[in-house]
Amino acid sequence: MSDLYCKDLCMTFADPMSGSKVEALKDIQFNLKEGEILTVLGPSGCGKTTLLNMIAGFITPTSGTLSLGGVDIQAPGAERGMVFQQGALFEWLTVARNVDFGLRMKGMGEEESRELVNFWLDTVGLQGFGETPTYQLSGGMQQRVALARCLVNDPDLILMDEPLGALDALTREKMQSLILELWKKTGKTIIVITHSVEEALLLGERLFVMAPRPGRIHREYNLPFAEMGLKRSLREIKQEKKFSTIREEILTMIWDMEEEIMGGV
Amino acid sequence: MFDWISDNRASIALVIIIGLAVVFVFSIFVGVKQTGLRAKDEVFGDPERTKGGWYWALCGVSALLLVWFYYSWGAARAVFPTAANELCQVAKVEEAMSPISAALPVGSRYLKSTTLVVRNAAQVDKLAVSMPAEVFTLREQAKLTLAVAQIKDLLAVLSSPALSDPAAKSAFLAVEVSLRDVAKRLQADYRELQPQKEALQQPKWGTSEVEIPLLPVTGKGVLLDSVTQDVQEVAKAFLKVRNISPQAKQLIADTKEILKELKTPDPLMQLDEAGEGTRNAYVKAVDRIFKRIDDGTIFPAQAMDGVHFAVNEVFASLAVAKGGLSVVESLFFPGHGVVKSRTQCTEQGSGRWLPKPTDVIATFSTLANPDLESGGGYKGTTLLWWKWLPIADVVAFLMPDGLVDMLPGSYGTHGDSGEFKPNYKDRLLAFAQGDVNLGSVPMLDGHIWDSLFRVLVAMGFGILVGVPLGIYMGVSRFFKSFFDPLIELYRPVPPLAWAPLILTIFGIQDDGKIFLLFMVAFAIMVISARTGASGTQLSKIRASHSLGATNGQILRHVILPNAMPEILTGIRIAIGVCWGTLVAAEMLAGTTGIGFIENVARTVSDYELIWVTILIMGLLGLLFDLVMRWAIAKIIPWRGKG
Ligand SMILES: Nc1ncnc2c1ncn2[C@@H]1O[C@H](COP(=O)(O)OP(=O)(O)OP(=O)(O)O)[C@@H](O)[C@H]1O
Ligand SMILES: [Mg+2]
Repeated sequence: MSDLYCKDLCMTFADPMSGSKVEALKDIQFNLKEGEILTVLGPSGCGKTTLLNMIAGFITPTSGTLSLGGVDIQAPGAERGMVFQQGALFEWLTVARNVDFGLRMKGMGEEESRELVNFWLDTVGLQGFGETPTYQLSGGMQQRVALARCLVNDPDLILMDEPLGALDALTREKMQSLILELWKKTGKTIIVITHSVEEALLLGERLFVMAPRPGRIHREYNLPFAEMGLKRSLREIKQEKKFSTIREEILTMIWDMEEEIMGGV
Repeated sequence: MFDWISDNRASIALVIIIGLAVVFVFSIFVGVKQTGLRAKDEVFGDPERTKGGWYWALCGVSALLLVWFYYSWGAARAVFPTAANELCQVAKVEEAMSPISAALPVGSRYLKSTTLVVRNAAQVDKLAVSMPAEVFTLREQAKLTLAVAQIKDLLAVLSSPALSDPAAKSAFLAVEVSLRDVAKRLQADYRELQPQKEALQQPKWGTSEVEIPLLPVTGKGVLLDSVTQDVQEVAKAFLKVRNISPQAKQLIADTKEILKELKTPDPLMQLDEAGEGTRNAYVKAVDRIFKRIDDGTIFPAQAMDGVHFAVNEVFASLAVAKGGLSVVESLFFPGHGVVKSRTQCTEQGSGRWLPKPTDVIATFSTLANPDLESGGGYKGTTLLWWKWLPIADVVAFLMPDGLVDMLPGSYGTHGDSGEFKPNYKDRLLAFAQGDVNLGSVPMLDGHIWDSLFRVLVAMGFGILVGVPLGIYMGVSRFFKSFFDPLIELYRPVPPLAWAPLILTIFGIQDDGKIFLLFMVAFAIMVISARTGASGTQLSKIRASHSLGATNGQILRHVILPNAMPEILTGIRIAIGVCWGTLVAAEMLAGTTGIGFIENVARTVSDYELIWVTILIMGLLGLLFDLVMRWAIAKIIPWRGKG
């Protein structure tokens, strides 16, 4: 079982010039079972990206333990795939070469990987775009490529840092459905960071609302909407009474936090 | 074929000029029309307004070429092929007249006699008051004072009309009569006159070393040429006239006697070496002034009045004889006209330093002609051709002798019976020194290739060494901190400032220049590769880590492609800088290359050659840039789109 364990996680950034310290995260503690989808919400600067970067292995926590499937996380690895907000595609490669990047790095030949690549391109809805240079794609298509590139590597855990942040509302909704679809299809563990409360509610089986200074998990929700989204249209779900109640609750929560920060400054 | 083109360059130029003029007018016509049509296209300041406009490009280029043709006298040669030859004959007359006009206020302000009297009188006065009395006995001082007084007297006698030589008067009269005769001859009818056969066989204007054919090829020219001979006679007679009247003769003899006595110091004077020096210098100074006027070339102011009138008459007559030629000269020969000096007629002004477009092309063709036996190429090498290159030379170039020295073992020695058996080291040394036969490959050759070769080899090494180092400097603290100070120390020194040192160490042949250019290219490549590498977006690096790439793979597959735009820009800049440095380095030293040609051309004032080299360098620079632009568009179409 490749569950994610996270215990007493602290991250303190030290400014090497002034010596002042920023407690980006303090005593973060949670477990994520295989196959769960988690969304993380929170005001800007509360340490969401920092948390994700630590799970990905890009930065080392000041203290605490992090493990995936019983193995301590020390460095980045192919079992933890990452999807960035934008700009992480290799613009000098075609779509297919971007998608099979991980496979090629593992030493797999082009012939072997072709089938996998085509399968994932189909899955994300980009059939026939294999030989297109990535810079000729729209923003939404580029995020689909990023998803395919991540999935083709068959990671245990998929980390997404505001994956849909740069997209327009309509494309965003389509991509939300796609993420849910992929979640169901692959049964992967997924963590999605987002700024949009609706998106967090729609995608998250579990939802963390984080609070800043020091960054911590303020509130946790268990939500039914992700399951619903697999069968029903997202727009319908948004009409649900329960949905709007929780949305208002969380919005108020975050609003208050922001207020606090502003007042504190 | 080539000779025909070369001989008929004037007519070819005429066709080109007419074509250019048509293009010029046509492009203006189109341009004005288009401007009218597009006046309301976009708002002022919109970059769209600069798009297109080939007609203005055509207009500019044809205008430039027309100006070139005009100021290089190419237009004059094309439209009036014989005008320069006639002007040369005019210049001959003027040259023949010059001894006479030089004595008169013709083209100058004063009579030559006036200038001589004033200058010498002033110098005598100055000497008189600065006599060093301590080195002369009283007797000598008296003699000197007398000599000075007599010199002044002589100036007075020579300037006096009453005391001047009557023989000179009649001689001037004869000159005057001859000159009037010349003036009349210039008015003669020249339409029947035929040029000599040799004259017609002369090489045409611009086709050989002599700039303008010397012998007259037109009737007018023949007349002027024959008058020139008369004028030369008159000038000779004029130069023989001397103003030595009996009074002057007496004064000259007396003064000469005194100065001769003064040459040896009075033995009563006990002079030391310094004193003797001062004494002799002073006597010599007086003597020098005397010698300047004792030949009787100073005349009374009115003596040459008649000659002056006659000279003016000759020049007026010459102007009439020129007729329409004067108009052609002032309209089509900008600059200082044609001047005859010694054995040739030369163009002066822009006609001289700005070669005609057609001549530049002819010179270029000669340089580019690979047939060295028939006068092609320059200093034993053509511009761009090919030859067989022994492979052994290439091996020897790439393999330093020292490398063989470092191998274990020692070189062979001669055996007991005096025979020498080479061991493996000896054989390797033969390779390093090119003493083996490995066959030959066809190889480019010529001045252009030599320059190109230096730049390309240096660029090759610069890229090969500079790019990896630059990329490592972009990703590694050690590489950055270790190499940064080293490179930043040598880089700010202008490349040419290194040249004297590098050329001394590595020799003036290819090695030295290549190393110099390598230094230039290396620094630029390191800096650009480093900038490119360190500018890689963190998210790309992180993404590739998450995709399971190793550090080496990230370097090769992510950081290198990311640095590519900077690297290519670096190459583009480095080629430009290398090219500039190379040409200057070739001017400093060397025996081949474009810069070498220009340097030799400079020392012999061969303007055509200088312009040819300038054009070659400009075109090659343009070629480099076009190739690089094309390569950038091909290799990194994704540039700036990440
Ligand atoms: N490399 C760093 N050095 C110093 N401080 C840092 C560094 N990275 C992040 N921080 C600080 O840690 C805190 C959390 O940053 P983080 O990027 O995780 O926030 P976030 O929740 O992702 O914000 P956003 O929603 O705006 O993306 C911030 O106060 C930030 O200033
Ligand atoms: Mg963030």
